[in-house]
Amino acid sequence: MEVANETLTTPAIQEKAVELTGSAALLEALIIEGVDTIFGYPGGAIMPIYDALYDYKEKLNHILVRHEQGGIHAGQGYARTSGKVGVVFATSGPGATNLVTGLADAQIDSTPLVCITGQVFAHLLGTDAFQETDVINITTPVTKWNYQVTDATEIPEVIAKAFYIAKSGRPGPVLIDITKNAQIQKFDYKGYVQCDHIRSYRPKPIVRQQYIQEAAALINQAKKPFVLFGQGVILGSAEQEFKAFVEKSGIPSAWTILGAGAIPTDHPLNVGMLGMHGNYGPNVLTNDCDVLIAIGMRFDDRVTGRLDKYAKQAQVIHLDIDPAEIDKNVKTTVPVWGDCKETLPLLTALVEKKEHTEWLKLFNEYTQKEVDAVIHEELNPTSGEMTMGEVIKQLNELTNGNAVIVSDVGQHQMVACRYAKLNKTRSNVTSGGLGTMGFALPAAIGAKFGAQERDVIAIIGDGGFQMTLQELGTIMQTGINVKIIILNNRFLGMVRQWQELFNERRYSFVDIQSPDFVMVAKGYGIEGKCINEREELVDALKTMMNHNGSYLLEVMVTKENNVFPMVPQGCSVSEIRLK
Amino acid sequence: MSDQAIDKQEFNITVYTENQIGLLNRIAIIFTRRKINIDSLNTSPSEIDSIHRFNIVITESEEVVRKVCRQIEKQVEVLKVYYHTNADVIWQEMALYKVSTDVIAEQVSVERLLRENGARVVVLRKDYTVFETTGHREETDALINILQPYGLIEFVRSARVAIIKDSDGFNSKLREFERLEPGEDVIENEYLNQGQKVFTM
Repeated sequence: MEVANETLTTPAIQEKAVELTGSAALLEALIIEGVDTIFGYPGGAIMPIYDALYDYKEKLNHILVRHEQGGIHAGQGYARTSGKVGVVFATSGPGATNLVTGLADAQIDSTPLVCITGQVFAHLLGTDAFQETDVINITTPVTKWNYQVTDATEIPEVIAKAFYIAKSGRPGPVLIDITKNAQIQKFDYKGYVQCDHIRSYRPKPIVRQQYIQEAAALINQAKKPFVLFGQGVILGSAEQEFKAFVEKSGIPSAWTILGAGAIPTDHPLNVGMLGMHGNYGPNVLTNDCDVLIAIGMRFDDRVTGRLDKYAKQAQVIHLDIDPAEIDKNVKTTVPVWGDCKETLPLLTALVEKKEHTEWLKLFNEYTQKEVDAVIHEELNPTSGEMTMGEVIKQLNELTNGNAVIVSDVGQHQMVACRYAKLNKTRSNVTSGGLGTMGFALPAAIGAKFGAQERDVIAIIGDGGFQMTLQELGTIMQTGINVKIIILNNRFLGMVRQWQELFNERRYSFVDIQSPDFVMVAKGYGIEGKCINEREELVDALKTMMNHNGSYLLEVMVTKENNVFPMVPQGCSVSEIRLK
Repeated sequence: MSDQAIDKQEFNITVYTENQIGLLNRIAIIFTRRKINIDSLNTSPSEIDSIHRFNIVITESEEVVRKVCRQIEKQVEVLKVYYHTNADVIWQEMALYKVSTDVIAEQVSVERLLRENGARVVVLRKDYTVFETTGHREETDALINILQPYGLIEFVRSARVAIIKDSDGFNSKLREFERLEPGEDVIENEYLNQGQKVFTM
């Protein structure tokens, strides 16, 4: 209790102002915003905040990462599994520039973050001071909002705005740059009021009943309706509303990789994954459906393939919270602006209960073709080296679809997303839009902090792992329990696949050597094993899952396996190749 | 290429925003990210102090302009965005011309020149004279050509300002908006000149 009087927590406006430093006011704000975990790395320009943090150790769990990029990816992983705002601290200059990749990733994948960067003293701004960099201008294109604080009195209001902007509407990253003088400066702190309104900012467009009615009419007369769902369903916590809509309307539904898990993988109306390496049926039948209903997804080019041959026969209904997404890539017949948690129930009320048995059967026929041509061999090989797919299949047996799967970027990511069984929402954490190699290890650490009761399994390639493997140090120091599977094909596999298919096998700089990953892990005090043989796989996975603490399992897989099906670049989704 | 060129025309984008540091950059990069050249950019306080108005002119297809406008409107501190073709606005640019008083007084019928070009004298000094004219690009260009032979010393043209023909009630809406929710003050860096007094590490 001896420091308790120093670390007051003030729920709302206080009767009497208290003198606080800017740093303490910041930490008070975080506590009131419900922050429990901060990922960060100290440095000169953020020292006053870290000094204040010393007195808040009981209330704010600060995770010392090994690199600021690791810190922000951890923040993203935390936000994705917890549904809360991820909070990241970094110092000025290189600390702040190391956040940029994570900001860009969070911006394109709509992940709510509040990043606090230290900055040089306000009077030094523009003087090329030590570790000064123009963080606001560097991060403007990759943040939903950013702001530089030069005076401590601004801090409560600015932090309140930061959290409100990060989590409301279409979520995104916010960066607040605080000059050192503002961190040190004492001022009359009058308490903290959460922000719930900014006059120039409309987080949600107004729902127009007319469009709901038009959309329902289109759906009710459709013979071959098809639903595409994305992360918007998860971000809007609209999983139940979505399930109710799909089950009443009986419409086959396919997901973007960030939408995975919004309804369980084995739901009868879940017909699979969209996009370049998605499932056969959803891609081909996009160009066969009569009404396409896009829910909380943004028609990324990896989903649509060639746009001028994308669903041209279909009437398109697009539900999105961000008006800028409507008609951005695909022309909409009926735009349903709004938060899908609000719009979906309105739509469900107006759609007729149906079962599209014949249409759904067609999807199943395509599934069977894909199983015969690709999936069976990928998941059940009996000879030769191990495949990535069989590792995921065996993992499914152990997790039963209840684990959080964090994947990196590349072939293993596509395989993990295609085959991982997901029973629950917020189970799939991956870098979708930006495709950031090195994302998975730090994101898995954050994902575990965001969902401590769940198993978190990072699936990473040999290339991506080497981009952020320093975060093994964070695992060591925190003692957190994260399972790491490295699918090692001794290649930068996705680029190699493209070089094989489109560059006449000119394997230009994809032949990557790796260290002994198990020994690296041992160096960090993390148990591990490397396996080569199929017979060892199930036991090795069991050992990993049963191990009390983090564990690294390296699985040597086929060197030159390709991920199929594939929509080659410049082709229509219906030209998807099975081999 | 040629198909797109046919679709392209000048669009006047009107943006009402908060008065915030950094917002100009946030809006400008929406164009630069797409490699769109800004033909003209004017920003100044609107009739309400806390609300700024941008007039941006670009030459693009309506499709591109609409998408860009939605991206601008998405910015937290942007209140409202409109776009219009030249036919939908009344627009003007202002230009200043500095010439040698001796030359101009000796060789030109100043009175006729002013009348014919709708110009006026802003400053008349022994050493130089400054004319001003307002109009469309062709009109401000015309006076350059006329003055060029008489030793034009300096020329400057403003960005375009445009009034929307169909803007019924804008002013009253803005005033009502400001009355209901007054804007915040801009907080600038007050420490730049206090370097000597502040301890640094």
